[in-house]
Amino acid sequence: MKNKCFSWLMFALLAMGSSAAWSTSAEDNYKNFCWQCHGMAGNGMGVNVQDMSVQPRDHTSAKAMGGRSDADLFKVIKQGGLAIDKSVLMPPWGDSLSDEEIRDLVKYLRKLCKCG
Amino acid sequence: MKYLLLSLAALLASSAVLADEGEAILEEQCASCHALKGPAAQTVEELWQRKGPDLFYAGSKYNREWLEKWLLKPRRLRPAGYHYMQHIKPGKKRDMIDVSTLQPHPSLSAKAAREATEALMKLKAPASLVSAGAFKGGSISISFGEMVFDKFNGCMACHQIEPDYGGLSGPEVYTVAKRYQADYLVSFISDPQAWNPKAPMPNKHVAAANIQKLVQYLQALAKENWDEK
Ligand code: HEC
Ligand code: HEC
Ligand code: HEC
Repeated sequence: MKNKCFSWLMFALLAMGSSAAWSTSAEDNYKNFCWQCHGMAGNGMGVNVQDMSVQPRDHTSAKAMGGRSDADLFKVIKQGGLAIDKSVLMPPWGDSLSDEEIRDLVKYLRKLCKCG
Repeated sequence: MKYLLLSLAALLASSAVLADEGEAILEEQCASCHALKGPAAQTVEELWQRKGPDLFYAGSKYNREWLEKWLLKPRRLRPAGYHYMQHIKPGKKRDMIDVSTLQPHPSLSAKAAREATEALMKLKAPASLVSAGAFKGGSISISFGEMVFDKFNGCMACHQIEPDYGGLSGPEVYTVAKRYQADYLVSFISDPQAWNPKAPMPNKHVAAANIQKLVQYLQALAKENWDEK
Protein backbone atom coordinates (compact mmCIF):
# COMPACT_ATOMS: atom_id res chain seq x y z
CA MET A 1 0.00 0.00 0.00
CA LYS A 2 2.73 2.36 1.03
CA ASN A 3 4.50 1.51 -2.18
CA LYS A 4 1.47 2.30 -4.26
CA CYS A 5 1.08 5.71 -2.61
CA PHE A 6 4.72 6.39 -3.25
CA SER A 7 4.53 5.54 -6.92
CA TRP A 8 1.44 7.74 -7.30
CA LEU A 9 3.36 10.57 -5.68
CA MET A 10 6.29 10.00 -8.03
CA PHE A 11 3.94 9.99 -10.98
CA ALA A 12 2.33 13.27 -9.87
CA LEU A 13 5.70 14.87 -9.32
CA LEU A 14 6.97 13.72 -12.70
CA ALA A 15 3.84 15.03 -14.39
CA MET A 16 4.29 18.39 -12.70
CA GLY A 17 7.95 18.52 -13.60
CA SER A 18 7.33 17.82 -17.25
CA SER A 19 4.48 20.34 -17.44
CA ALA A 20 7.05 23.02 -16.60
CA ALA A 21 8.92 22.01 -19.73
CA TRP A 22 5.78 22.23 -21.89
CA SER A 23 5.90 25.04 -24.34
CA THR A 24 3.97 28.27 -23.92
CA SER A 25 1.11 28.99 -26.34
CA ALA A 26 1.87 31.12 -29.40
CA GLU A 27 -0.64 33.73 -28.13
CA ASP A 28 1.26 34.22 -24.87
CA ASN A 29 4.66 34.26 -26.56
CA TYR A 30 3.41 36.78 -29.13
CA LYS A 31 2.12 38.98 -26.31
CA ASN A 32 5.33 38.78 -24.27
CA PHE A 33 7.87 39.18 -27.07
CA CYS A 34 6.20 40.64 -30.19
CA TRP A 35 3.51 43.10 -29.02
CA GLN A 36 6.13 45.69 -28.06
CA CYS A 37 6.88 46.33 -31.76
CA HIS A 38 4.26 44.53 -33.88
CA GLY A 39 1.40 45.77 -31.69
CA MET A 40 -1.48 44.30 -29.69
CA ALA A 41 -3.40 43.82 -32.95
CA GLY A 42 -0.34 42.53 -34.86
CA ASN A 43 -0.66 45.44 -37.30
CA GLY A 44 2.89 46.74 -36.86
CA MET A 45 1.82 49.61 -34.58
CA GLY A 46 3.43 48.64 -31.27
CA VAL A 47 4.15 50.91 -28.33
CA ASN A 48 7.82 51.21 -29.45
CA VAL A 49 7.39 52.33 -33.06
CA GLN A 50 7.48 56.13 -32.76
CA ASP A 51 11.28 56.48 -32.93
CA MET A 52 12.06 53.35 -35.01
CA SER A 53 13.75 53.97 -38.37
CA VAL A 54 12.22 50.85 -40.00
CA GLN A 55 8.59 50.01 -39.26
CA PRO A 56 7.75 46.51 -37.98
CA ARG A 57 5.90 44.29 -40.47
CA ASP A 58 2.08 44.37 -40.43
CA HIS A 59 1.37 40.73 -39.57
CA THR A 60 -2.32 41.12 -40.46
CA SER A 61 -1.55 41.99 -44.09
CA ALA A 62 -1.75 39.09 -46.54
CA LYS A 63 0.13 41.27 -49.02
CA ALA A 64 3.08 41.95 -46.70
CA MET A 65 3.25 38.39 -45.35
CA GLY A 66 2.09 36.22 -48.24
CA GLY A 67 5.40 36.21 -50.13
CA ARG A 68 7.30 34.43 -47.37
CA SER A 69 7.68 30.67 -46.97
CA ASP A 70 7.24 29.06 -43.55
CA ALA A 71 10.98 28.34 -43.59
CA ASP A 72 11.74 32.06 -44.04
CA LEU A 73 9.39 33.02 -41.21
CA PHE A 74 11.01 30.42 -38.93
CA LYS A 75 14.46 31.73 -39.83
CA VAL A 76 13.66 35.42 -39.24
CA ILE A 77 12.06 34.71 -35.84
CA LYS A 78 14.93 32.50 -34.69
CA GLN A 79 17.87 34.46 -36.14
CA GLY A 80 16.51 37.99 -36.59
CA GLY A 81 16.10 40.41 -39.50
CA LEU A 82 19.76 40.33 -40.57
CA ALA A 83 19.52 36.59 -41.35
CA ILE A 84 17.17 37.33 -44.27
CA ASP A 85 18.79 40.66 -45.26
CA LYS A 86 16.25 42.67 -43.33
CA SER A 87 16.60 45.27 -40.56
CA VAL A 88 18.61 44.66 -37.38
CA LEU A 89 15.56 46.10 -35.58
CA MET A 90 13.84 42.73 -35.96
CA PRO A 91 15.56 40.81 -33.11
CA PRO A 92 16.64 37.13 -33.02
CA TRP A 93 14.55 35.13 -30.53
CA GLY A 94 16.44 31.82 -30.70
CA ASP A 95 17.65 32.14 -27.10
CA SER A 96 14.18 32.92 -25.77
CA LEU A 97 12.00 30.39 -27.61
CA SER A 98 12.29 26.67 -28.39
CA ASP A 99 12.10 25.54 -32.04
CA GLU A 100 8.69 24.08 -31.27
CA GLU A 101 7.45 27.43 -29.93
CA ILE A 102 8.81 29.17 -33.05
CA ARG A 103 6.97 26.69 -35.30
CA ASP A 104 3.77 27.48 -33.34
CA LEU A 105 4.40 31.20 -33.88
CA VAL A 106 4.73 30.66 -37.64
CA LYS A 107 1.30 28.96 -37.61
CA TYR A 108 -0.05 31.82 -35.51
CA LEU A 109 1.28 34.40 -38.03
CA ARG A 110 -0.45 32.49 -40.84
CA LYS A 111 -3.71 32.87 -38.94
CA LEU A 112 -3.13 36.62 -38.40
CA CYS A 113 -2.47 37.30 -42.10
CA LYS A 114 -5.01 34.75 -43.34
CA CYS A 115 -2.37 33.69 -45.86
CA GLY A 116 -1.14 30.13 -46.21
CA MET B 1 39.13 48.04 29.12
CA LYS B 2 35.80 46.49 30.02
CA TYR B 3 34.06 49.56 28.59
CA LEU B 4 36.04 49.29 25.37
CA LEU B 5 35.06 45.66 24.91
CA LEU B 6 31.46 46.43 25.67
CA SER B 7 31.27 49.28 23.18
CA LEU B 8 33.06 47.17 20.59
CA ALA B 9 30.48 44.45 21.06
CA ALA B 10 27.70 47.04 20.79
CA LEU B 11 29.20 48.37 17.55
CA LEU B 12 29.40 44.90 16.01
CA ALA B 13 25.88 44.13 17.13
CA SER B 14 24.54 47.35 15.61
CA SER B 15 25.76 46.64 12.06
CA ALA B 16 24.27 43.15 12.30
CA VAL B 17 21.07 44.71 13.61
CA LEU B 18 21.02 47.07 10.64
CA ALA B 19 20.97 44.15 8.20
CA ASP B 20 18.50 42.20 10.39
CA GLU B 21 16.13 45.15 10.46
CA GLY B 22 16.64 45.40 6.71
CA GLU B 23 15.71 41.76 6.19
CA ALA B 24 12.52 42.31 8.17
CA ILE B 25 11.64 45.30 5.96
CA LEU B 26 12.25 43.25 2.81
CA GLU B 27 10.06 40.40 4.06
CA GLU B 28 7.24 42.66 5.25
CA GLN B 29 7.18 45.41 2.63
CA CYS B 30 8.82 44.09 -0.53
CA ALA B 31 8.35 40.31 -0.81
CA SER B 32 4.73 40.68 -1.97
CA CYS B 33 6.02 42.10 -5.29
CA HIS B 34 9.70 41.08 -5.53
CA ALA B 35 11.34 37.63 -5.42
CA LEU B 36 13.97 37.65 -2.65
CA LYS B 37 14.94 34.05 -3.46
CA GLY B 38 15.74 32.35 -6.75
CA PRO B 39 15.23 30.91 -9.22
CA ALA B 40 13.96 33.37 -11.84
CA ALA B 41 10.64 32.69 -13.59
CA GLN B 42 11.00 29.82 -16.07
CA THR B 43 7.89 30.45 -18.19
CA VAL B 44 6.14 33.52 -19.61
CA GLU B 45 3.07 32.89 -17.44
CA GLU B 46 5.19 32.57 -14.31
CA LEU B 47 6.97 35.82 -15.18
CA TRP B 48 3.67 37.70 -15.56
CA GLN B 49 2.70 36.68 -12.00
CA ARG B 50 5.68 38.63 -10.63
CA LYS B 51 4.68 42.16 -9.72
CA GLY B 52 8.21 43.61 -9.73
CA PRO B 53 11.74 42.72 -10.95
CA ASP B 54 13.62 39.99 -9.04
CA LEU B 55 15.79 41.22 -6.18
CA PHE B 56 17.49 37.96 -5.19
CA TYR B 57 20.78 39.04 -6.81
CA ALA B 58 20.50 42.74 -5.85
CA GLY B 59 24.00 42.83 -4.32
CA SER B 60 25.56 41.86 -7.67
CA LYS B 61 23.38 44.26 -9.65
CA TYR B 62 22.90 47.65 -8.00
CA ASN B 63 25.25 50.44 -7.08
CA ARG B 64 24.71 50.81 -3.34
CA GLU B 65 24.63 54.62 -3.39
CA TRP B 66 21.98 54.76 -6.12
CA LEU B 67 19.88 52.06 -4.47
CA GLU B 68 19.64 53.85 -1.11
CA LYS B 69 18.79 57.17 -2.77
CA TRP B 70 16.16 55.62 -5.04
CA LEU B 71 14.39 53.84 -2.18
CA LEU B 72 14.02 57.22 -0.45
CA LYS B 73 12.49 58.80 -3.53
CA PRO B 74 11.68 56.20 -6.21
CA ARG B 75 10.83 57.33 -9.73
CA ARG B 76 9.76 55.36 -12.79
CA LEU B 77 12.48 53.46 -14.67
CA ARG B 78 10.31 51.53 -17.13
CA PRO B 79 8.14 53.99 -19.08
CA ALA B 80 5.51 51.31 -19.72
CA GLY B 81 5.71 49.79 -16.23
CA TYR B 82 6.23 46.15 -15.29
CA HIS B 83 5.18 44.18 -17.35
CA TYR B 84 4.80 46.41 -20.39
CA MET B 85 2.01 44.24 -21.91
CA GLN B 86 -0.16 44.83 -18.84
CA HIS B 87 0.00 48.63 -19.19
CA ILE B 88 -0.68 49.40 -22.86
CA LYS B 89 -3.86 50.06 -24.85
CA PRO B 90 -4.62 50.45 -28.55
CA GLY B 91 -4.31 54.07 -29.83
CA LYS B 92 -5.14 55.85 -33.09
CA LYS B 93 -1.67 55.64 -34.64
CA ARG B 94 -0.03 53.05 -32.38
CA ASP B 95 -0.42 51.33 -29.00
CA MET B 96 -0.12 53.80 -26.13
CA ILE B 97 0.93 53.50 -22.49
CA ASP B 98 -2.14 53.36 -20.25
CA VAL B 99 -0.85 55.77 -17.61
CA SER B 100 -3.92 55.24 -15.43
CA THR B 101 -2.72 51.70 -14.65
CA LEU B 102 0.75 52.76 -13.44
CA GLN B 103 1.25 52.97 -9.66
CA PRO B 104 3.95 55.00 -7.88
CA HIS B 105 6.59 52.81 -6.15
CA PRO B 106 6.45 52.66 -2.32
CA SER B 107 9.15 54.79 -0.66
CA LEU B 108 11.11 54.29 2.57
CA SER B 109 12.29 56.60 5.37
CA ALA B 110 16.02 57.45 5.51
CA LYS B 111 16.60 54.86 8.25
CA ALA B 112 14.59 52.12 6.54
CA ALA B 113 16.26 52.85 3.17
CA ARG B 114 19.68 52.39 4.76
CA GLU B 115 18.63 49.14 6.43
CA ALA B 116 16.93 47.71 3.34
CA THR B 117 19.96 48.64 1.18
CA GLU B 118 22.26 46.91 3.68
CA ALA B 119 20.19 43.72 3.43
CA LEU B 120 19.79 43.89 -0.37
CA MET B 121 23.53 44.28 -0.97
CA LYS B 122 24.07 40.95 0.82
CA LEU B 123 22.04 39.09 -1.84
CA LYS B 124 24.71 37.98 -4.33
CA ALA B 125 24.45 36.17 -7.65
CA PRO B 126 26.58 33.03 -8.12
CA ALA B 127 30.08 33.81 -9.43
CA SER B 128 29.29 31.75 -12.55
CA LEU B 129 26.82 34.47 -13.62
CA VAL B 130 28.90 37.58 -13.09
CA SER B 131 32.64 37.88 -12.68
CA ALA B 132 34.50 40.81 -11.17
CA GLY B 133 36.45 42.61 -13.87
CA ALA B 134 34.16 41.58 -16.75
CA PHE B 135 34.06 45.27 -17.67
CA LYS B 136 37.54 46.27 -18.79
CA GLY B 137 37.14 50.05 -18.48
CA GLY B 138 37.83 52.61 -21.20
CA SER B 139 35.60 55.24 -22.76
CA ILE B 140 33.81 56.08 -25.98
CA SER B 141 32.25 59.23 -27.46
CA ILE B 142 28.47 59.50 -27.15
CA SER B 143 28.09 59.82 -30.93
CA PHE B 144 30.07 56.64 -31.72
CA GLY B 145 28.43 54.83 -28.83
CA GLU B 146 25.02 55.72 -30.18
CA MET B 147 25.95 54.15 -33.55
CA VAL B 148 26.87 50.89 -31.83
CA PHE B 149 23.72 50.95 -29.67
CA ASP B 150 21.23 52.03 -32.32
CA LYS B 151 22.47 51.45 -35.90
CA PHE B 152 24.56 48.29 -35.42
CA ASN B 153 22.53 46.51 -32.74
CA GLY B 154 19.03 47.99 -32.77
CA CYS B 155 18.90 48.37 -28.99
CA MET B 156 17.09 51.72 -29.18
CA ALA B 157 13.93 50.02 -30.47
CA CYS B 158 13.05 49.14 -26.86
CA HIS B 159 15.08 51.59 -24.77
CA GLN B 160 15.07 55.36 -24.31
CA ILE B 161 18.57 56.86 -24.70
CA GLU B 162 17.36 60.23 -23.41
CA PRO B 163 14.08 61.37 -21.86
CA ASP B 164 11.33 61.02 -24.48
CA TYR B 165 13.55 59.50 -27.17
CA GLY B 166 13.62 55.77 -27.98
CA GLY B 167 11.56 52.66 -27.26
CA LEU B 168 9.22 52.34 -24.30
CA SER B 169 8.95 48.65 -23.45
CA GLY B 170 12.36 48.30 -21.75
CA PRO B 171 13.87 50.31 -18.86
CA GLU B 172 15.41 53.73 -19.68
CA VAL B 173 19.13 53.22 -20.38
CA TYR B 174 20.41 56.77 -20.02
CA THR B 175 20.70 56.29 -16.25
CA VAL B 176 21.35 52.54 -16.16
CA ALA B 177 25.12 52.78 -15.57
CA LYS B 178 24.43 54.92 -12.52
CA ARG B 179 21.98 52.32 -11.24
CA TYR B 180 23.79 49.06 -12.04
CA GLN B 181 27.32 47.72 -11.64
CA ALA B 182 29.37 47.66 -14.88
CA ASP B 183 30.21 43.94 -14.53
CA TYR B 184 26.49 43.14 -14.25
CA LEU B 185 25.78 45.15 -17.41
CA VAL B 186 28.40 43.16 -19.36
CA SER B 187 26.93 39.89 -18.12
CA PHE B 188 23.27 40.83 -18.70
CA ILE B 189 23.77 42.15 -22.25
CA SER B 190 25.87 39.06 -23.14
CA ASP B 191 23.14 36.68 -21.94
CA PRO B 192 19.86 38.22 -20.69
CA GLN B 193 18.26 34.75 -20.49
CA ALA B 194 20.82 33.58 -17.93
CA TRP B 195 19.31 36.15 -15.55
CA ASN B 196 15.70 36.15 -16.66
CA PRO B 197 14.89 33.33 -19.15
CA LYS B 198 11.67 34.93 -20.47
CA ALA B 199 12.63 38.63 -20.35
CA PRO B 200 11.28 40.37 -23.46
CA MET B 201 14.88 41.32 -24.29
CA PRO B 202 16.63 39.26 -26.98
CA ASN B 203 20.18 37.90 -26.88
CA LYS B 204 21.57 39.81 -29.85
CA HIS B 205 24.87 37.89 -29.82
CA VAL B 206 26.91 41.06 -29.69
CA ALA B 207 30.67 40.39 -30.05
CA ALA B 208 32.58 40.67 -26.76
CA ALA B 209 34.51 43.78 -27.86
CA ASN B 210 31.26 45.55 -28.76
CA ILE B 211 29.70 44.68 -25.42
CA GLN B 212 32.55 46.62 -23.80
CA LYS B 213 31.73 49.54 -26.13
CA LEU B 214 28.03 49.37 -25.25
CA VAL B 215 28.79 49.58 -21.53
CA GLN B 216 31.25 52.45 -22.16
CA TYR B 217 28.40 54.20 -23.97
CA LEU B 218 25.94 53.58 -21.11
CA GLN B 219 28.52 55.06 -18.74
CA ALA B 220 28.97 58.13 -20.96
CA LEU B 221 25.18 58.63 -21.02
CA ALA B 222 24.96 58.30 -17.23
CA LYS B 223 27.50 61.14 -16.79
CA GLU B 224 25.12 63.65 -18.41
CA ASN B 225 23.09 65.59 -15.90
CA TRP B 226 19.59 64.61 -17.06
CA ASP B 227 17.82 66.35 -14.20
CA GLU B 228 18.98 69.73 -15.44
CA LYS B 229 17.98 69.21 -19.07
C1 HEC C 1 12.27 45.47 -31.49
C2 HEC C 1 11.09 45.45 -32.32
C3 HEC C 1 10.60 44.09 -32.81
C4 HEC C 1 10.19 43.02 -32.04
C5 HEC C 1 10.15 42.94 -30.52
C6 HEC C 1 9.77 42.00 -32.97
N1 HEC C 1 9.93 42.44 -34.25
FE1 HEC C 1 9.46 41.40 -35.94
N2 HEC C 1 10.08 42.98 -37.09
C7 HEC C 1 10.54 44.19 -36.61
C8 HEC C 1 10.85 45.05 -37.73
C9 HEC C 1 11.38 46.49 -37.64
C10 HEC C 1 10.56 44.33 -38.92
C11 HEC C 1 10.73 44.79 -40.36
C12 HEC C 1 12.11 44.44 -40.87
C13 HEC C 1 12.37 45.00 -42.24
O1 HEC C 1 11.42 45.29 -42.96
O2 HEC C 1 13.55 45.16 -42.57
C14 HEC C 1 10.08 43.03 -38.47
C15 HEC C 1 9.70 42.01 -39.34
C16 HEC C 1 9.20 40.80 -38.93
C17 HEC C 1 8.76 39.75 -39.85
C18 HEC C 1 8.78 39.84 -41.36
C19 HEC C 1 10.10 39.51 -41.97
C20 HEC C 1 10.00 39.58 -43.46
O3 HEC C 1 10.51 40.51 -44.05
O4 HEC C 1 9.35 38.71 -44.05
C21 HEC C 1 8.31 38.72 -39.08
C22 HEC C 1 7.75 37.40 -39.57
C23 HEC C 1 8.45 39.11 -37.69
N3 HEC C 1 9.00 40.37 -37.64
C24 HEC C 1 8.07 38.33 -36.62
C25 HEC C 1 8.24 38.69 -35.29
C26 HEC C 1 7.85 37.85 -34.17
C27 HEC C 1 7.16 36.50 -34.28
C28 HEC C 1 8.21 38.53 -33.05
C29 HEC C 1 8.08 38.06 -31.61
C30 HEC C 1 8.64 36.75 -31.30
C31 HEC C 1 8.80 39.79 -33.45
N4 HEC C 1 8.80 39.85 -34.80
C32 HEC C 1 9.28 40.76 -32.58
C33 HEC C 1 10.68 44.53 -35.28
C34 HEC C 1 10.41 43.72 -34.19
C1 HEC D 1 3.31 46.90 -5.20
C2 HEC D 1 4.44 46.15 -5.65
C3 HEC D 1 5.82 46.58 -5.15
C4 HEC D 1 6.25 46.67 -3.85
C5 HEC D 1 5.46 46.45 -2.57
C6 HEC D 1 7.66 47.00 -3.93
N1 HEC D 1 8.05 47.11 -5.23
FE1 HEC D 1 9.91 47.53 -5.88
N2 HEC D 1 9.23 47.58 -7.82
C7 HEC D 1 7.95 47.30 -8.21
C8 HEC D 1 7.82 47.55 -9.63
C9 HEC D 1 6.57 47.39 -10.48
C10 HEC D 1 9.09 48.00 -10.06
C11 HEC D 1 9.49 48.46 -11.47
C12 HEC D 1 9.43 49.98 -11.45
C13 HEC D 1 9.96 50.65 -12.68
O1 HEC D 1 10.72 50.04 -13.42
O2 HEC D 1 9.62 51.83 -12.93
C14 HEC D 1 9.95 47.99 -8.90
C15 HEC D 1 11.29 48.34 -8.92
C16 HEC D 1 12.16 48.22 -7.85
C17 HEC D 1 13.59 48.42 -7.92
C18 HEC D 1 14.37 48.76 -9.17
C19 HEC D 1 14.45 47.54 -9.98
C20 HEC D 1 15.26 47.64 -11.23
O3 HEC D 1 16.23 46.91 -11.33
O4 HEC D 1 14.92 48.41 -12.12
C21 HEC D 1 14.08 48.21 -6.65
C22 HEC D 1 15.53 48.28 -6.22
C23 HEC D 1 12.95 47.91 -5.81
N3 HEC D 1 11.80 47.93 -6.56
C24 HEC D 1 13.03 47.65 -4.44
C25 HEC D 1 11.94 47.51 -3.61
C26 HEC D 1 12.02 47.40 -2.17
C27 HEC D 1 13.31 47.42 -1.37
C28 HEC D 1 10.73 47.28 -1.71
C29 HEC D 1 10.26 47.17 -0.27
C30 HEC D 1 10.59 48.29 0.57
C31 HEC D 1 9.85 47.29 -2.88
N4 HEC D 1 10.62 47.44 -3.99
C32 HEC D 1 8.47 47.17 -2.82
C33 HEC D 1 6.93 46.86 -7.40
C34 HEC D 1 6.96 46.86 -6.02
C1 HEC E 1 12.85 43.81 -27.90
C2 HEC E 1 13.13 44.83 -26.92
C3 HEC E 1 14.57 44.98 -26.46
C4 HEC E 1 15.70 45.11 -27.23
C5 HEC E 1 15.82 45.07 -28.74
C6 HEC E 1 16.79 45.32 -26.30
N1 HEC E 1 16.32 45.32 -25.01
FE1 HEC E 1 17.41 45.65 -23.33
N2 HEC E 1 15.78 45.25 -22.18
C7 HEC E 1 14.52 45.01 -22.65
C8 HEC E 1 13.65 44.69 -21.53
C9 HEC E 1 12.17 44.37 -21.62
C10 HEC E 1 14.45 44.76 -20.35
C11 HEC E 1 14.03 44.45 -18.92
C12 HEC E 1 14.45 43.04 -18.63
C13 HEC E 1 14.01 42.51 -17.31
O1 HEC E 1 13.08 43.05 -16.70
O2 HEC E 1 14.59 41.48 -16.90
C14 HEC E 1 15.78 45.15 -20.80
C15 HEC E 1 16.86 45.38 -19.95
C16 HEC E 1 18.07 45.92 -20.36
C17 HEC E 1 19.10 46.39 -19.48
C18 HEC E 1 19.00 46.48 -17.96
C19 HEC E 1 19.05 45.19 -17.32
C20 HEC E 1 18.10 45.10 -16.17
O3 HEC E 1 18.30 44.21 -15.35
O4 HEC E 1 17.13 45.89 -16.06
C21 HEC E 1 20.16 46.81 -20.26
C22 HEC E 1 21.47 47.39 -19.79
C23 HEC E 1 19.78 46.58 -21.63
N3 HEC E 1 18.50 46.04 -21.65
C24 HEC E 1 20.59 46.85 -22.73
C25 HEC E 1 20.27 46.51 -24.04
C26 HEC E 1 21.20 46.53 -25.15
C27 HEC E 1 22.66 46.94 -25.05
C28 HEC E 1 20.51 46.12 -26.25
C29 HEC E 1 21.04 45.90 -27.65
C30 HEC E 1 22.10 44.92 -27.77
C31 HEC E 1 19.14 45.87 -25.82
N4 HEC E 1 19.03 46.10 -24.49
C32 HEC E 1 18.11 45.48 -26.68
C33 HEC E 1 14.12 45.03 -23.96
C34 HEC E 1 14.97 45.11 -25.06
